Amino acid sequence: MTNQQTLMTKPNMPDHDDIYEALIDAHDGLSLQQSMKLNAKLILLLANHIGCKDILLEAVEQAKP
Amino acid sequence: MSFDGIPVYKKKTYKKSAELSGAAPKKHDFIVVGSGPIGLAAALAMARKGHKVIIVTAFDFVPAGSKGICYSKEALDIFDQLGVGERIVDKGVIWNVGKVFWGESTDPVYQFDMLPVKDQKNPGFVNIQQYYVEDYLVDALEKMDNVDIRWGHKVSGIDTRDDGATLTITTRDGDYQLDTDYVIACDGSKSTIRDLMGLDFAGRIFEDSFLIADVKFKQSRPSERWFWFDPPFNQGRTALLHKQPDDIWRLDFQLGWEVDREEAIKPENVAPFIKGLLGEDTEYEEDWMSIYTFQCRRMARFVHGRVIFAGDAAHQVSPFGARGANSGLPDIQNLCWKLDLILRGQAPESLLESYNIERTQGADENILNSTRSTDFITPKSETSTIFRDAVLEMAGEHEFARPFVNSGRLSAPTPYHISPLSTPDGTEFAQGPKPGHVCVDAPIVQDGKDGWLLESLGNEFTLLYFGDTPPQTKIKTLVLPNTGLASDRYGANTSYLVRPDNIVAARWAHANTQNANTQDVERAYKRALGEEA
Repeated sequence: MTNQQTLMTKPNMPDHDDIYEALIDAHDGLSLQQSMKLNAKLILLLANHIGCKDILLEAVEQAKP
Repeated sequence: MSFDGIPVYKKKTYKKSAELSGAAPKKHDFIVVGSGPIGLAAALAMARKGHKVIIVTAFDFVPAGSKGICYSKEALDIFDQLGVGERIVDKGVIWNVGKVFWGESTDPVYQFDMLPVKDQKNPGFVNIQQYYVEDYLVDALEKMDNVDIRWGHKVSGIDTRDDGATLTITTRDGDYQLDTDYVIACDGSKSTIRDLMGLDFAGRIFEDSFLIADVKFKQSRPSERWFWFDPPFNQGRTALLHKQPDDIWRLDFQLGWEVDREEAIKPENVAPFIKGLLGEDTEYEEDWMSIYTFQCRRMARFVHGRVIFAGDAAHQVSPFGARGANSGLPDIQNLCWKLDLILRGQAPESLLESYNIERTQGADENILNSTRSTDFITPKSETSTIFRDAVLEMAGEHEFARPFVNSGRLSAPTPYHISPLSTPDGTEFAQGPKPGHVCVDAPIVQDGKDGWLLESLGNEFTLLYFGDTPPQTKIKTLVLPNTGLASDRYGANTSYLVRPDNIVAARWAHANTQNANTQDVERAYKRALGEEA
């Protein structure tokens, strides 16, 4: 769990292109529904890793259209 | 035997009321309306405190049908205070463990324990048919000479005023009136009193229906709650298996919203579900079949002048989580000590408002939990279904995903975060129930005898004191040593002022002083009686 108590919105990691590519490649050949499930799993895995309700709720707010 | 389509467990005797035979009308302190578990518990609580009790109920029988079968530890503790707890536990099926299965796998994806803190008198849960609970409550009431159960007396009118109400009662011999200072309305989710008073009951309807099949069969299975998502015998939907006394098992199958209720409940249509779950060759007898839909809603207020609503009349939840009767019983436990003291002139009438404040919080927490469970079981959108399936797919391999699995968060006591009766902590506590929380049980020794902490708290205000030199106070004091499980759970050198409903009103740590301060205790006591803000 991170010690940060608010959502980080400034760059926070190297290798952006690698990570972006991995995210896109993971969906290769998947139907929209399979992709949605993959994304749901990713979100749940990362949510648990972050482990902080305040940060997650802030992220949900930021992601809303 | 049935009455208006409601099957009868035990017939009761209608009697013509004295009022219809020319007896002079009397004014009553209070009238209990309704003979479900909540109305009967209210009547018994007040009768045991020495009040004259009249219950009016449209039924002249105890209805059959297992109905609500799961009774929580908190409910059992309340039944203990009413003197029927041990009979219910002795008859019931004790269980603590719930398992959740997904698809064809016989390994659970998730399991939970409803009694994480061991060494308490009562188990996490007991399963027992609702008619046994009602029957035991009626039995206890019928043994008391200050109780008048008016079977077959239906409320048909209510005229409220600032200091009471007049109820019109309809019977087969005609109508009569009851004049009363208070009304305790426990007349269920279709509350007549609520309707007659034109009061709101707003909430959410869920578009799903479920089949209950209570069946009798002899098969050795653990007394655990088993829940399936997407089992082969109800694909894409859910199912539940739970044991009751007398070799009866509760089977529950999700059917979806578009369902022909009359068709679905026919034995030939129910059989494939039952055989699918139990195995083709299982022989069983049908006990009770029912199809239900549900809503989550509550009244905006539970206290309307001198009319007080409790149980399903005040709040309704989905059955996932066993939060119906298990939240109605704490309503009664909360209400009855307050009404008792008000009627004795030992507390101001304004104390009743704390019932409204505390129990609407309880209802909100129950509705929140029940709604969340329902959204997991009956996902309301495609995305919601995808997230649910993502959780279930990962739960087998990854421990982190298991707590997301929601097949019903089973009833647990709802703390009162906001209460005019609670005194905030003055110091830090490492353990123990906070003000507004229910007391945890522990084995204790009193006068050389083994007993339980909750039993010793009894049904009255108690200062629970850990240490050697309790403060001088007129409040009943229970002194316990600074060693042992109770002290581990509450903390050595502490005092807790506990209300008659086992809720902590205030607490003090006094490691560096000789005594909990008598003045502080008395002040907190007055506050808990609604005398001081």
